[in-house]
Amino acid sequence: MSVQAAAGAAIPGAALPSAAPDYALRADGLRKSYAATVAVDGISFGVRAGEIVGLLGPNGAGKTTTINMVLGVLQPDAGDIRIEGIELARHRSQALAHTNFSAVYAALPGNLTVYQNLRFFSLIYDVPAGSNRIEQLLDEFDLQRLRNTRSGVLSSGEQTRLALAKAMVNQPRLLLLDEPTASLDPSAADLIRSRIRAMALRTGCGILWTSHNMYEVEETCDRVLFLSRGKILLEGDPRSLPRAHGASSLEELFIRLAREPLAAEPPAAPGAAP
Amino acid sequence: MKLRPIAAIALRQFYLMRSSPTRVLPMIAWVAIDIILWGFISRYLNTVTSSGINFISSLLGAVLFWDFFTRVMQGVTMAFFEDVWSRNFINVFATPLLISEYLTGLVLTGVTTSLVGLLVMLVLATWLFGLPFFSLGLLLLPFLLVLFLFGIALGVLASAMVLRLGPASEWLVWPIPALLSPFVGVFYPLSTLPAWMRAVGHLLPPSYVFESMRSVVGGHGYSGNGLLTGIALALLDILLAAWSFTAIYRYAVRSGLLARYSAESVS
Repeated sequence: MSVQAAAGAAIPGAALPSAAPDYALRADGLRKSYAATVAVDGISFGVRAGEIVGLLGPNGAGKTTTINMVLGVLQPDAGDIRIEGIELARHRSQALAHTNFSAVYAALPGNLTVYQNLRFFSLIYDVPAGSNRIEQLLDEFDLQRLRNTRSGVLSSGEQTRLALAKAMVNQPRLLLLDEPTASLDPSAADLIRSRIRAMALRTGCGILWTSHNMYEVEETCDRVLFLSRGKILLEGDPRSLPRAHGASSLEELFIRLAREPLAAEPPAAPGAAP
Repeated sequence: MKLRPIAAIALRQFYLMRSSPTRVLPMIAWVAIDIILWGFISRYLNTVTSSGINFISSLLGAVLFWDFFTRVMQGVTMAFFEDVWSRNFINVFATPLLISEYLTGLVLTGVTTSLVGLLVMLVLATWLFGLPFFSLGLLLLPFLLVLFLFGIALGVLASAMVLRLGPASEWLVWPIPALLSPFVGVFYPLSTLPAWMRAVGHLLPPSYVFESMRSVVGGHGYSGNGLLTGIALALLDILLAAWSFTAIYRYAVRSGLLARYSAESVS
């Protein structure tokens, strides 16, 4: 039995029920293609308030495309995105006021200091009493001693902490984290995960989290979505999913899911170019 | 539009300038060099010609106005380039920031930096060469307004072009003022030009400023209708530039260009 067929109760990619409760994010029928390449193929999912959802998949699965669409920097070919119930396509500014993100591929300007970066983004997000909020974040992310240091010369771990501080500057209701602990040592990563989990619990912020660290996903996420070739293959609790699908760990399940669609492809015709 | 996001764009530029002499120096150095060079040329021409034209007023004055226009345009584009150079588009545009707020922030930056340049030019031209700049009286206001509005329009249009074509197209921006200068008659009347160049010149708002300036310096008064035409054209250009930027931004969001913006995105 294929993993996809064994998905069970959840129907990946199906439209969400209209009476879905308290969603920080709802995406319905999202589709995006570049010329002949379909990057995201009609996926539907949601992130509830206070829930941490892992978006998993091999490279090129469509994770970043999905995140970019939710961030409003990439327009879907089809589908609907609602943040806190606000339709992104129609009310972009209002929807994005409830959102923030941190991504490894979107470093903050290295020629601004830590404080200046936080000040800049607190103003961009129109945060009232921004100075107080910045001081809170500098304390919370252990950045006080670096406040006047240009962010371009910070270590990668310090840059990650700054990116996370910036991601929380507007106290978002939806947080998108693309490999937030990729550059951190195990101790710092553990600390950051704890803080993010605590924040989700305390504030009810919904979090969409991508990571290639399956231990981290098991420890942090309430639910995971497996994405491959632009489709959601599977979703569920990261702690029970592996057993339910005959895998010994989430990592093993990940590897099987990542390889299965490739194995299902017909062999190349004799003489075809490699 | 909200004030804080607009202030953010301008404040970012202030932070960068405060900490970087290499950003401040060009604001002052190039205009100073231009004024000194053209000041001496004008003084020399005054001594060797008997045309009755005061070259300090007509030539150096024209250089000052043209440099002001160039500084306005570059002030807008430089603020935009900061986001290009630091690959900051996703951070900036994945926020509630409106395009109108972003452009207003760029314009605010352009205003500030160009006023610094204008001040430096005025001090040097008056102090070293005795340019009677304020003898133009209230006419200075419409003159500067036309150049200011057109500088903003070109700055926004140039930014839109770089957004569409990618960072490598930055070099296309710098020669724009030089390409326009033959058509607007900075140093000579439009009547000097062949008909087709004159026709182009009449579509460019600065040509009305330079024609009026020469007329006033020559003691012939100015054309109010000409200046009004210049202001109207400059306002129209601003609308066209803002529309172009918005259309290209939307294309960039639709096509994925914004999300993947890098040196390789020229297409």
